[in-house]
Amino acid sequence: MENMNMESTGQFLTFVLDEEVYALDIRQVREVLDLTTITKVPRMPDFMRGVINLRGGVVPVVDLRLKFGLPATEKTVDTCIIIIESILDGDATLIGALADSVQEVMDLDQDQIKAPPKIGTRLKTEFIRGMGKKNDRFIIILDIDKVFTSYELSQVLDKDGVGDCFEDQGQRA
Amino acid sequence: MDAHKETFREEAYELLAELERSLLELEDNPDDMEQVGRVFRAMHTIKGSGAMFGFEDIASFTHNVETVFDQVRSGKIPVTRELVNLTLSARDHIKDLLDASATGNTVDKANASHIISSLNRLLTGVDEADASAEMQDIQLPSKTQATYRVQFKPHPELFMNGTNPLLLLNELRDLGECTVTAHTENIPVLEDLNPEALYIFWDVVLTTDKGMNAIKDVFIFVEDDADIIIDVLMEEDLYGGMDQPQPRLGEILVQHGAISDQALAKALSSQMRIGEILIKEKVTTRTAVAAALSEQSQIKKRIEQRSESTQTSSVRVPAEKLDQLVDLVGELVTVQARLSQKAAKQGDPDLVAIAEDVESLTGGLRDNAMSIRMLQIGTTFASFKRLVRDLSNELGKNIELTTAGGETELDKTVIDQLKDPLVHIIRNAVDHGIETPKERREAGKEEAGTIHLSAEHSGAHVLVRIKDDGKGLDPVVIRRKAVEKGIIPSDAELDENGIQNLLFAPGFSTAEKITDVSGRGVGMDVVKRSIESLRGSIDLSSVKGDGTTITLKLPLTLAIIDGLLVQIGEGYFVLPLSSVEECVELTGEQHKSRKNGNILNIRGDIVPYVRLRDEYDIQENTPDLEHVVIMETYGKRVGFVVDRVIGGHQTVIKNMGSTFKDARDISGATILGDGTVALIIDVNKIVDLR
Repeated sequence: MENMNMESTGQFLTFVLDEEVYALDIRQVREVLDLTTITKVPRMPDFMRGVINLRGGVVPVVDLRLKFGLPATEKTVDTCIIIIESILDGDATLIGALADSVQEVMDLDQDQIKAPPKIGTRLKTEFIRGMGKKNDRFIIILDIDKVFTSYELSQVLDKDGVGDCFEDQGQRA
Repeated sequence: MDAHKETFREEAYELLAELERSLLELEDNPDDMEQVGRVFRAMHTIKGSGAMFGFEDIASFTHNVETVFDQVRSGKIPVTRELVNLTLSARDHIKDLLDASATGNTVDKANASHIISSLNRLLTGVDEADASAEMQDIQLPSKTQATYRVQFKPHPELFMNGTNPLLLLNELRDLGECTVTAHTENIPVLEDLNPEALYIFWDVVLTTDKGMNAIKDVFIFVEDDADIIIDVLMEEDLYGGMDQPQPRLGEILVQHGAISDQALAKALSSQMRIGEILIKEKVTTRTAVAAALSEQSQIKKRIEQRSESTQTSSVRVPAEKLDQLVDLVGELVTVQARLSQKAAKQGDPDLVAIAEDVESLTGGLRDNAMSIRMLQIGTTFASFKRLVRDLSNELGKNIELTTAGGETELDKTVIDQLKDPLVHIIRNAVDHGIETPKERREAGKEEAGTIHLSAEHSGAHVLVRIKDDGKGLDPVVIRRKAVEKGIIPSDAELDENGIQNLLFAPGFSTAEKITDVSGRGVGMDVVKRSIESLRGSIDLSSVKGDGTTITLKLPLTLAIIDGLLVQIGEGYFVLPLSSVEECVELTGEQHKSRKNGNILNIRGDIVPYVRLRDEYDIQENTPDLEHVVIMETYGKRVGFVVDRVIGGHQTVIKNMGSTFKDARDISGATILGDGTVALIIDVNKIVDLR
């Protein structure tokens, strides 16, 4: 729960990856773009989809689905790139994340956020800041800095985790 | 107040650098009173502004040095090596004091008192009262320069009393900048010529700060044998302004009495150049005009020099602001490319005209912004004089550092990052390259070794050469060392170049014994890496016994390069145009017919090639006809196969950030006119990676 100590506005941007709802602290989100041409950079792992031109700047784009071990993002009308301000190697860096769709900005009070479950999630718990609950749905609040810093895909996946354990976990919480 | 202190510190560092230069200059030419004056002025300024901004320790310490140099100025103390050494260490102490004032560290007081007492020893013997009297003088220096016209018309019988007018003219030349015009129009035809008579007379334009009397003194013995007219043409107070307008040729001629006012007015109404008109009108002679012209040009030069000295007053701008400016200009170049592309597509002539205007303006702005960031490499060179001097003293060697091309300009970032590698190379040259005086004598060379630093432009690159006339590299020794250290197998076959390049291998050091100066084995490989990080390259050539030359090839700027835009599959890539040699075609059969390795035959030369498609694992639609871009990497020709060569492209380099630090052969990205991102390929790294 250390992560929750930092002051939160209580506002989160929710987005969907493979029908699962994830959330990011709104303060880290710079903007949301429609999918544009992504230039592939050779010799990089698959989840590094490449770079885009963001008003004259070059910004890397990560396919979060590939990063989380899901099938690659398919291009649809809803597909978008969330530009995130992240701290990499001590420097504030802009990184784009591909998402199937972006949903809404929602308010979550502190008491609506629970500690991540020790087991039962698809992701390693260190990448999860907490679990939010809204209208009986569970939302995984990501610690995006840690997701981006961990270079290898294998580190993100929790080998023991199984996706469908979610509900039990939620009911207990 | 802190801002003032910061300004003082910056200025003081500059003054100290100048001080060092002057002192080293003085060591070579102890009689150069101008340098003595410079040292004195630098010290005086540091003392004065130091006291003003509360750096009392600096002010009081500097005062001692200033006092000594005051005596040197008045000729009471000679310039000796000891004096220069002492002043140099005093300069270092002032620098320590400055550093300490920024960091809050303490400074070795004993060192200061040692320097002061040594300086005072030099002062003993000079009368104290006399010294203070001299100080009065310095407060009111006579700095008025004036330009004089001296019309020196000796009587024909001047030779009779044994006077040589040329000596007089030489004496005038010693007084200052001087232009002499000889009038020969009075020389009669040969049969009328009296060989013992003097027919020539002179007009001299002299700029001096010595005053009218000094000029009169020159002619003191010929006053009765010549007509001498001395006029002040222009007086300039070095501290004040100057309002005399630039004189016109006609006016000068009238003043000379060569023409009348009326003749001038008449000539002026005509359209030809006044000098030609006057000659044509026969109101004056060609030499008279020549004299007036030279007078005009000297006065013009003085005026230009003066306006230069006022105009070069510079503005201090923090480096980050310049970086921002260059970033913005880079964006503008990108946007402008988009505009041009869009305009060309729409075909609206008005829009095209606007786009072209924007293009030329952007180009101008880009060049200007880049040139602001350009610095002369000379300051960096100058700082090595001290390094070489100190190192060679330490090692008991006699080494002179000569420099050339100090005015060559390079991007500030390049210069900043060039300094450490250069220090390393020069240390190496001093330590390993140049032999001791004894060894040099035995080898039949002059005792004093030379290290020559030079810089010159070569296309979009600057070549910096460090050349020494030392013992050079011994290929046998290098080979043996490399085998000993396991860098190459003992049976490796290497040509001379290959052996010399072993020096750049990590962990290689040829010094027989490790010295303080160099040779800890972390040597040339670090140098090589830092040069490469500047997109530069390093080359070494050496002849055993004759010396070593290291050539650094550096880009003019890091922000924008000339690139060659190519396409592979869907992706665009940029190759650095400076190393592109030529482009040739590669047919599918040609490629398939090669069973072993990718080799091209370019006009009889064997050129290996790399297929970037294979390298980058790009599979989509291979064209029938591919293109090979032949590039120079590490002095060898290598071909890179691409789908299509699009053409030259002004490439604004965008950093890809730490996310792509593992993509080592991609040195950056750039944005094309239509907004797509193209990747910049570092071809040397591709060769390295293979």
